[in-house]
Formats: sequence, C-alpha cells, structure tokens
Amino acid sequence: MRTDDTLELSLSRVFWITLKRDLMLAYRRRNDLVSPLMFFLMVATLFPLGVSPDPQFLSQAAAGIVWVAALLATLLSMDSLFRSDYDDGSLEQMLLSPQPLALLVFAKICAHWMISGLPLTLMAPLLAVMLFLPEQGMSAMVISLLLGTPTLSLIGAIGAGLTVGLRKGGVLISLLVLPLYIPVLIFGTGTVQAASAGLPVGGYLAILGAILALGMVLAPVAVAASLRISVSD
Amino acid sequence: MTLPLLEVKDLFCERDERVLFEGLSFALNPGEIIQVEGPNGSGKTTLLRILSGLSQAFEGDIFLNGEPIDEVRDEFLASLLYFGHLPGVKATLTPEENLRWYCALHPHTRIEGIATALSNVGLFGYEDVPCHSLSAGQNRRVSLARLYLSQAPLWILDEPFTAIDKRGVARKEALIAKHAEQGGSVILTTHHELAIRDNLRRVSLGAPQGDADAHG
Repeated sequence: MRTDDTLELSLSRVFWITLKRDLMLAYRRRNDLVSPLMFFLMVATLFPLGVSPDPQFLSQAAAGIVWVAALLATLLSMDSLFRSDYDDGSLEQMLLSPQPLALLVFAKICAHWMISGLPLTLMAPLLAVMLFLPEQGMSAMVISLLLGTPTLSLIGAIGAGLTVGLRKGGVLISLLVLPLYIPVLIFGTGTVQAASAGLPVGGYLAILGAILALGMVLAPVAVAASLRISVSD
Repeated sequence: MTLPLLEVKDLFCERDERVLFEGLSFALNPGEIIQVEGPNGSGKTTLLRILSGLSQAFEGDIFLNGEPIDEVRDEFLASLLYFGHLPGVKATLTPEENLRWYCALHPHTRIEGIATALSNVGLFGYEDVPCHSLSAGQNRRVSLARLYLSQAPLWILDEPFTAIDKRGVARKEALIAKHAEQGGSVILTTHHELAIRDNLRRVSLGAPQGDADAHG
C-alpha cells in the first residue's frame, strides 16, 4: 500500500488489477472451470466410440475433432464472461469508471482466455495422441490453437456483450458468434492437416495471426459499445 | 453567481409508451442535496440512470459546470460516485478486495482508507470474509463504504438506505450532510424521511405536469 497508489493510476496498472481480479474470481470458483475442459475431453473420447476406432480414420479426423471440440467448449464458457458482473452491478461500476472501458474489457477477455483457451490448448496434445494424430502435426496443432483460441474468446466476447442484458442469452450467443468462428476453424484445422501431410504451414499461421491481431484491436472496442447498449436499457 | 455543478434542462423520458417525465428542469449547486421523490414506478431510478449516463433513452440537455455532458464525459465520470440498486459487490471476493478494485478504477479515492471505511460502516472484523457469507444489509454496507472512500464531488445515490438498520441510516445521513457542507453535491432517492434540513431540495416526479420543478 503505497501512498502514491492513488496518484499513479496508469492504464497498465488498471489492466493488471482487472486481470488479477478476474483470475482470482475464477480461482475461487474452480468448479466452473472444469466444465469446458470436461466437455472438450468428452467430445474427443466419444468420437472414436461413436464413429469408428480405426486409427487410419481417426488420424485423418483428429485435427477437425480437436478444433471443433475446442471451439464448442469456448462457446460454452462465453456466456459467463459478463453475466455475473451484470447481475451484481459490477458492470455498471465499470461503465461509470473514468478508465477506458475497452481496456477493462480487454483485461477480462485475457483472463477468460487464460482460464479457458489456454488449458484447452495444453490439453489438446493429449487428445491428439488419443486420436492418432500424426506426430508431425502435433506442434502445428498447439501453435494453431495458441493463435486461434484467443480469437475465439475475443469474438465470443462481442456476442456475450450483446446478449448479457437478455435473460436467456445462451442460444442467441451461438447464433451470433458461430458464423464468425468459421474462418478461425477453417484455418485452424487447415494448419494441422497441412502439417500432418508434411506441407508448409507458414501461410495458415500467418492468417490465424492476422485474424488475432485484428480481433485484439477491434473486438474490445466493439464489446465496450455492446456493453453500453446492454446496460442502457 | 457560480455555475451549477449539474444542470438539467427540459428533460423528457418515455418508457413503454408512458411518459415518465417531461419538461423536467432543475439545477444542482455545489453544497446542495436534492431528494427525488415520487411513487413507485414514477421514474426515479430512470432519472438517476440518465443523470449518471448509464441510460441514453431521453431527450433534453444535461450540463456539467455549464458544458454539455457528452463533451466532458471523462471529467464527469471522474467526479461521479454512483450507488445503484445493485450493490456492485462480488460475492466471492472479500469486502476489502471489492473496495480495492473499486479504488483502482476510480482516481478520486483513498485506497489506504479502506480499513477505516469498513469499520465506519460497521464491518470491522469482516474484512476477510467472502461477501456471500454476509447478509444482504452487510453487502449494501460494503457498497456504502465507497462513500467514505470517495472524494468525488457528485454523489448519485439510488435508495441508499434500503436494508440498512436505523443506526446505519443515521450515520449515512450525517455523512451525506457532511459531504454537502464540504461543498459536495448529492442527488438521492429514498422513501425514508430525511432528517437533513439544510441545503435540501425536493424534486417530485409523477406530479401534475408543469409542477415538476423543484420547490421547497
């Protein structure tokens, strides 16, 4: 507790404090963190049982299964991003603070990615082994998820911001956001398939990176605007 | 004559095709307290949400220190303390953590005053208890502790005394009176009869049209 704390309210400090707060909130409610991961794991394990346990088939489908499962798991966790802040009034206080809302939103999205997208990415190699993904596709899968899942969080946050004022936003979020997820999915699976076939993946990763860069710049602004609309009702 | 801190001119608001208020004008000077009165559903909360900038569903002009409020948004937010229906308290955080985050977001607050503020609202000893194990009234008090931390000149308080016991109400009233004495301004709604007499004006909503201006 320094005395200059009150004077020195730089933007990066606000960012870190919001990030830390959201991570702490997530840590206090760890049980909620498990459900997207469980979903991810279940889809990937049920697939061989439901379709075919044939290694030949699975190694071809692995990239798609892991990516689709990761995408749906992220979508599942999206609704909770602003829900509790909206319900208890913290969101109003965020809107009425003199700090730039887009920055606070960006911090919240980063925290969301760290508790959903990052664990998914870390778990993906395990599932990939289970699904007989060729070894040369493994690193491409992790890198493509590292670049792709933050984009999923950023895009999903726009949907979450728009639907937070509605009582049942869950379904609407999927309808709003899924079409925007599709390019990420296409280039994500494309990366892994190309790598598995021994082809260069630079182009795919560049596009995933470009989408991420665009999302980082534009999504927080869009989310901030959508939150203002949701709260102003 | 100094400019009023907040001036409202010809405010019109309609909700669900029902006119809540029209032609509403009043000015809030430094050191003044305005109590917004009216029956349930007369638009008190809506008015406070409009004044704080949360709601844009209105016609008319609002001025801060004589400037249109949209042009001095940052300055306005920096000088505002808003206390709404929802306490803005996270159930999984402790009272101290809640207030710390609030202080981090708002420049005109004293982060070192958190312990004092909590004991002022009667939550001494509860600093490290998660808010979900506190009662509804205690959660309101966590949020009210912001009044002790804030040095913002303009307070907008929506039903600040709900779920607060009698002694707590008396202390909050004294705090509001002190804030006004020191040159701060307060707009509040409450169904409670305020003991404050100095610098208090009343604005009635839901009154016969044309009589909506301040009086008393």
